[in-house]
Amino acid sequence: MFELLQRLLGKDESAQSKNVAKERLQLVLVKDRCTIAPHILESLKVDLIEVISNYMEIDEKGLDVTISDDDQSLALVANIPILRMRRTPKKASR
Amino acid sequence: MGDVIVVTSGKGGVGKTTTTANLGTGLAKQGYSVVLVDTDIGLRNLDVVMGLENRIVYDIVDVTNGHCRLKQALIKDKRFEKMYLLPAAQTKEKTAVTQEQMVELCRNLKNEFDYVIIDCPAGIEQGFKNAIIGAEKAIVVTTPEVAAVRDADRVIGLLEAQGIEQPQLVINRIRADMVKHGDMMDIDDIIDILAVDLLGVVPEDELIVISTNRGEPAVLDVQSKAGEAYRNISRRIAGEDVPIMPLEVNEGIMSRLKKLIGMR
Repeated sequence: MFELLQRLLGKDESAQSKNVAKERLQLVLVKDRCTIAPHILESLKVDLIEVISNYMEIDEKGLDVTISDDDQSLALVANIPILRMRRTPKKASR
Repeated sequence: MGDVIVVTSGKGGVGKTTTTANLGTGLAKQGYSVVLVDTDIGLRNLDVVMGLENRIVYDIVDVTNGHCRLKQALIKDKRFEKMYLLPAAQTKEKTAVTQEQMVELCRNLKNEFDYVIIDCPAGIEQGFKNAIIGAEKAIVVTTPEVAAVRDADRVIGLLEAQGIEQPQLVINRIRADMVKHGDMMDIDDIIDILAVDLLGVVPEDELIVISTNRGEPAVLDVQSKAGEAYRNISRRIAGEDVPIMPLEVNEGIMSRLKKLIGMR
């Protein structure tokens, strides 16, 4: 009853449809803006392989890099099969 | 050397053509020479909105194909000596104009006019790419709805990728009464989401429908609130510092009654 009254008087902010619209838009735009062009993803893969290869031998063909999203967040997910660890890193760390 | 400005939106039906017609007319009213270019090949409408549909002989494709000279295809406006329309082709394919031809066309037009205003088709395909290729500035039109704002964001990204920096936003068809009750996103919400400069806000106005019926841009109607907004925007385009007009709520009898008995 109180809720209804609040809505009638337009005081319940979260129930205002414009706030719903704004929140939904902000979420969907995070995802829209995060779409990555295939050639950029490819170049990211090449760079990843280069860096990781300094520390371990990896299966380059089995490498899988994607952007995943669930309802709440976005993540860069890389699945990189390791063939062998290097005892000493190729490049001395800076 | 004039300015080449593209009017675009991504989503259809938000008022690109109305905005193009009114801003062009508003600039012509200030005394500038203006050419309006309709690039919506196959779905041309700027001619009817401007009330010039009966004067078309040649179109943009005739010009780019070399079937006629540019001057032959330009239709002089009824109201302003220095305003012209270059109509889109109605029966040709969308691919009838190439990007190189558009660049060349824009270069020729801006030598002749103070303002070249390009009405872009909806969507982000070939027609959109053609419309923006020769432009230096962009006006993005949106309405306070999720679909239109989302598409505006996409288009802003594409414009920036094309090297058109800082596109300016026109928020069209805003309803002050709905904003007041929290049922429509307001100016700040939209600017907050899109992070672009605001060029102007146009209120929803029935007179737009009436003026379009007649083929007379509302910017010339002193009664029209939307017309007033378009007059302000066209002055801003010309470099004048005009404040954004506050949204006015047309108070109905119920809300006045409520106020009277102290409910709000």
